[in-house]
Amino acid sequence: MTDTRHLVVVGNGMVGHRLVSALRDRDERGEWRITVLGEETRHAYDRVALSSYVDGKSEEELRLPELAGFDLRLGDPVASIDRTARRVVTASGAELTYDALVLATGSVPFVPPVPGKDLPNCFVYRTLDDLDAIKEAAAAAVARPGAGRRSAVVVGGGLLGLEAARAMRLLGLSPQVVEIAPRLMPVQVDEGGGALLQNLVSSQDIAVRCGVAVTGIREERDRLIATLSDDIELDADLVVFSAGIRPADTLARDSGLRVGERGGVWVDATCRTSDEHVWAVGEVAALEGRTYGLVAPGYAMAEVVADRLLGGQARMTPDELDMSTKLKLLGVEVASFGDAHAATEGALEVVVNDPVAGTYSKLVVSDDAQTLLGGVLVGDASKYATLRPLVGMTLPADPVAMIAPGGVELGADALPDSAQICSCNAVTKGALKEAIHDGACTVPDLKSCTRAGTSCGSCVPLLKKLLVSEGVQVSKAICEHFAFSRAELFQIIASTGIRTFTEAVESHGSGRGCDLCKPVVASILASLGGGHIHDGEQAALQDTNDHFLANMQRNGTYSVVPRIAGGEITPEGLIVIGQVAQDFGLYTKITGGQRIDMFGARVEQLPAIWKRLVDAGFESGHAYGKSLRTVKSCVGSSWCRYGVQDSVGMAVLLELRYRGLRSPHKLKSGVSGCARECAEARSKDFGVIATDKGWNLYVGGNGGATPKHAQLIVQDVDQETLIRTIDRFLIFYIRTADRLQRTAPWLEELEGGLDHLREVIVDDKLGICADLDTAMARHVESYADEWRGVLEDPKKLERYVSFVNAPETPDPTISFVTERGQPVPMPRAGDPVLIGLPTVSPRQEVRA
Amino acid sequence: MTTAPEQVRVPVTWEDDVRWQTVCPLDRLQPERGVAALFGETQVAVFRLFDDRVLAIGNVDPRSGAAVMSRGIVGDRGGVPTVASPLYKEAYSLVDGQCLDVEDVSLPTYPVRVRNGSVQIGLP
Repeated sequence: MTDTRHLVVVGNGMVGHRLVSALRDRDERGEWRITVLGEETRHAYDRVALSSYVDGKSEEELRLPELAGFDLRLGDPVASIDRTARRVVTASGAELTYDALVLATGSVPFVPPVPGKDLPNCFVYRTLDDLDAIKEAAAAAVARPGAGRRSAVVVGGGLLGLEAARAMRLLGLSPQVVEIAPRLMPVQVDEGGGALLQNLVSSQDIAVRCGVAVTGIREERDRLIATLSDDIELDADLVVFSAGIRPADTLARDSGLRVGERGGVWVDATCRTSDEHVWAVGEVAALEGRTYGLVAPGYAMAEVVADRLLGGQARMTPDELDMSTKLKLLGVEVASFGDAHAATEGALEVVVNDPVAGTYSKLVVSDDAQTLLGGVLVGDASKYATLRPLVGMTLPADPVAMIAPGGVELGADALPDSAQICSCNAVTKGALKEAIHDGACTVPDLKSCTRAGTSCGSCVPLLKKLLVSEGVQVSKAICEHFAFSRAELFQIIASTGIRTFTEAVESHGSGRGCDLCKPVVASILASLGGGHIHDGEQAALQDTNDHFLANMQRNGTYSVVPRIAGGEITPEGLIVIGQVAQDFGLYTKITGGQRIDMFGARVEQLPAIWKRLVDAGFESGHAYGKSLRTVKSCVGSSWCRYGVQDSVGMAVLLELRYRGLRSPHKLKSGVSGCARECAEARSKDFGVIATDKGWNLYVGGNGGATPKHAQLIVQDVDQETLIRTIDRFLIFYIRTADRLQRTAPWLEELEGGLDHLREVIVDDKLGICADLDTAMARHVESYADEWRGVLEDPKKLERYVSFVNAPETPDPTISFVTERGQPVPMPRAGDPVLIGLPTVSPRQEVRA
Repeated sequence: MTTAPEQVRVPVTWEDDVRWQTVCPLDRLQPERGVAALFGETQVAVFRLFDDRVLAIGNVDPRSGAAVMSRGIVGDRGGVPTVASPLYKEAYSLVDGQCLDVEDVSLPTYPVRVRNGSVQIGLP
């Protein structure tokens, strides 16, 4: 390939983004140069999660991962296509020639042609801009003086309509849903399911009218009046149209491309339009005449086009056009898969309807009752993950038993290898089994190597079952001495009042422990308020770092880190640290957590070093412990012209509150004084970002080998709420996490994820918050500096000797050389040699 | 911790071929922890077990070359008393010095006895 070809993508939505991502991943030889032209002025975002914008997710959080290596032009849609010259002209007049053109323009909302549809306060529900406008109008309506609750008419009772209704309720309006079909979600559910759904939705302060249409809208005394086809009139402050979508195919029509009978750009199974240089993907594409309004088929189309552009032979398969959906709307689970409406000739329907429990389940099977064709689940969709992959397969059990309460529980075994477990990313059971045999042994492993479970997440329970059925040991036993997970052991120790390792291992384990279980028990005892970690038998449980309250380095010396809360330190403090480091010949380095690490201290020097530090007002920084490390901060509103809150003050407050808190793994935190996020709080276990109304709290982030952004759990809260939420988060994590499991994987494995966590620690669904609060209060009250505790106890000081028979003799194996003006450990024979450093000064021995 | 010396079982078989050197009083040893002792250039890690046996192995971690074995966590593996290297966590048998995680790696062992409340080790 000598010349680079030019791909122009029209549309910067989810599918356009996926196409660029797929092509950049695979185009290893750089065959294609890509330009994306977007109509919206925003970066590509997760439109499926649009409604979470009303719950408080920010645009940044909804944004899709940023891609590199292509030219992105936002706010400049394509105005016309000259297919003969292979050239597009944008609204601003820019002209671009292409070798291949992909139309990914998506859809436009369908607004029924009723009089008054364009009046002020009539909206559509499609983009972030729409939602911004809706939020503003809702706020204005709620603020307007006058009696009565403010209300909104939502036109359309499908998936999008119900999402819009929920959003109206969140914005403080009473929603009234008007659906022209005789039931809610007519595309996904049948009559029986629709009836139950209507009951469940109506019980949540959402009025529902089915089988009627809006025939007109007029303004009256600052409000809107919607007239329905049965002549009823509804008062409303807002009208939201969410009555479906239409392919945004105007550009294609204008340029003479073939279109589908019911709209959309006609494409064949390879996603090519009637012009061989033009392709279409996503909601705008009419694949062999039919359009698909879901993201999964759109993604599959993007993958097909990426493959074709590179000379591959990919084509769409019926599997990838799966219209199955599972969602939780207004707290009601709804799932629909395969031939949900029993359109197949001779199809039989098996229904279990339980209005008392509020569940409705239907399976559609072939006329011989041997093959599963589809189904509908309302109220409880937990069986969706196992049922959906069975579509088209022979039924493994009697269909009634498969949906009846207390019936057959299907495992992963029931599925054939060809069954698609993750329909969003088209991952089969066979592909997952292969990944497991290649060494994937956890759900996160499977997610990262197959992409399964990374989109809607509904197949995650099945991934777990598959791991078990493939014989992956998911035993969480800590080690050979305890057959329990850390969380279970925590419960045992907390509820039995066990206070020593010996009691624990004799009553609930075997043997005398090891380097795995002893630190776990030590940490649990410390979390439960066990006094100084060197008291009594506890001392024998500590890892060497906790045993000497310092961090062992590779030559057996230790590093010393005093606490510098929030990274704030006085000049006097800096001088003390510098003086101590100089006097003891220590190497110094600024850490990533905004403090100062002093390296090269021999074990017998530690008490003298700490005496100096404690006398100067420093305390242990717990750099050695599985405990709170630092709360990093930006400089905040005291100095920064952009800061909206005192981030340093908050960081100091948090660091002093949680210092010394022992946990399953280290804990890091950060506080940023504004949305610019200079403290990188979202890469922390708990991160706080100031807003002009208060504080946003993010949890479950980390750097390290698998970086994870922390997720928003509460927003715009005051200081008291912020601290209470962090208190509960930390104690809940400490009680339930596995050994050495940081908050990000803990949250990922937590059943129900962030929503569940919020229910537990914000809404107190489990009724444990008072207990969590007490536990944190006890920690805060009982905190004492561990190093001061050592210095004041001659018995604890005893261990700080180089040799028990020669306490002051330095370990003769320790020696240093000078590197860049500071001492570092003498390299050992066989150590890797670094070359290419900017300056290599001759090494000289400074100390033996 | 007070333990009568006669309760201490000492696993010594080659008493006569060695020089006995005093390490420290038995009371100075905390159960299930170690101390380091220096004899000439030889560094020895001495451990007191939960059942008050006292065992000694070389103090220099073979993998890192650092003299740190005395600072590892004491435990057992399948009933064999062990210490875990504090740097890279390999377990070593306190009975025969063999590394239980890496083949053909071992630490020297030393005979130990308790005389008049003092821990002594035998050096070649």
